Amino acid sequence: MDWINSIIQGILVGGLYALFAAGLSLIFGVMRLVNIAHGDLIILSAFLGLTVSTSLNLHPFASLIVVLPIMGVFGYLLQRGILNKTLGNDILPPLLVTFGLSVIIQNGLMELYTADPQKMNAGNIEVASLSLPGGLNIGWFPLLMFIISIIIIGTLQFIFYKTALGRAFRATSDDQEIAQLMGLSKNHIFGLAMAISMIVVAIAGIFLGIRTSFDPAAGPSRLIFGFEAVIIGGLGNLWGTLIGGIILGVSQNIGAKINPGWQLLAGHVAFLVVLAVRPKGLFHRIDG
Amino acid sequence: MHKKILETKNLNAFYGDFQALFDVSIDLFEGEIISIIGANGAGKSTFMKAVTGLLAKVENDINLKGKSIKNLRADEIAKKGIAMVPEGRKLFPSLSVEENLLIGGQINRIGPWNLTSIYKLFPDLYEKKNMPSNLLSGGQQQMAAIGRALMSNPEIILFDEISLGLAPIIIKKIYQNLPDVIKDGMSAIVVEQDISKAIEISNRVYCLQEGKIALSGNSNKLTREEISKAYFGM
Repeated sequence: MDWINSIIQGILVGGLYALFAAGLSLIFGVMRLVNIAHGDLIILSAFLGLTVSTSLNLHPFASLIVVLPIMGVFGYLLQRGILNKTLGNDILPPLLVTFGLSVIIQNGLMELYTADPQKMNAGNIEVASLSLPGGLNIGWFPLLMFIISIIIIGTLQFIFYKTALGRAFRATSDDQEIAQLMGLSKNHIFGLAMAISMIVVAIAGIFLGIRTSFDPAAGPSRLIFGFEAVIIGGLGNLWGTLIGGIILGVSQNIGAKINPGWQLLAGHVAFLVVLAVRPKGLFHRIDG
Repeated sequence: MHKKILETKNLNAFYGDFQALFDVSIDLFEGEIISIIGANGAGKSTFMKAVTGLLAKVENDINLKGKSIKNLRADEIAKKGIAMVPEGRKLFPSLSVEENLLIGGQINRIGPWNLTSIYKLFPDLYEKKNMPSNLLSGGQQQMAAIGRALMSNPEIILFDEISLGLAPIIIKKIYQNLPDVIKDGMSAIVVEQDISKAIEISNRVYCLQEGKIALSGNSNKLTREEISKAYFGM
């Protein structure tokens, strides 16, 4: 029963990993940009949520009302102001610039909040759990996190494949030059994609901040989880990314069950195995 | 003839330091079809890129209805009513046929073209509207590319090498459709390697040779000899 329990916990936390990954995957899919600062932006959102919820005396979930638009606008401006200028035939400039951004965010947060770990308090929901027959216990918070992750990935999927905006994303991703000939402003489209990515990041950041403690240097490991979920699931496939996150979460929990020190290692091993066996990920890119 | 809708004045165009067009002055009047012919590398496609805003470095002016569009981005020029049917069709492979048409239509200019009128013109496309565009035959892809350009209800439509890589019977069919495409006062520039097709379809012809205009004139007045001399430069 313990084993089943840890597998279920792994599945649920996989939803969070998929959230880390979804924004990353969206940006890479639309503009071939690898955002090294993605993890730090998640942590930035968590700190933002912390400040909003403590200063306005709001529940962490309610802080999203403030954090979501701030991160969305920030993403749009970041893209239009900086990242668009780095995109071109050379893949190095966006990597370097987002790496620089990562350093700036980490140090900026360190300056403002010190290196002390912080945590957001969501009240009773953090400890409340659902008892299932057979001695299984499912926490309401991980369950909620998982359901929200599925809803967000479903929404992204809907935006991408069923709306005019998604059509513009896919067209621009296919051929930037021709998309411009059709009257699509590349810079604006990329700005919107980054805004959506940052909205997902904001949600991921709040969930992360309630689930565990975080500190200014916690970003890069979230970036790695995100990367691994994307690669396991297959680039450009959002449901694949969710499965990737689940595989990562389950592997980590099984590893931890065998030996508490093996938690992270087991996740990385699962990632390497998938990479070795199916370098393009478990699922194909969905086209149209 | 009517009013001048597009003109380039001594246009020079560059790829980095390489100059691809020299003093190219081309006029297009309302409702007129001109064709631009020339050998490979003569600068035909470069001219199209310059007009649509895809070239970074262009010297001297390009005017649309008397206003300069030289410094506008490609998407801004498209919104002003210049649409392009690009060489090699270049449909968006991850979009369905209908989605490709809708992308052309999101410019939202007013005019006769919409999904219904495009499907009426090209019934083949209606049958395949939900198919991924890369599964169409070459001819159907060309129809979709033409439809996509029309969906923006442009004032000027540019055709870059529409017959390239298509079977002769398909080329014939597409050219038969062109009079229906270019109507309601729309103007067109046709870039074509097939000289006889170019002459047949257009009011006037410009022949480019090594980036310069070697010959221009009314399509029905130019002789074969004049054209081949300008085309091959001998």
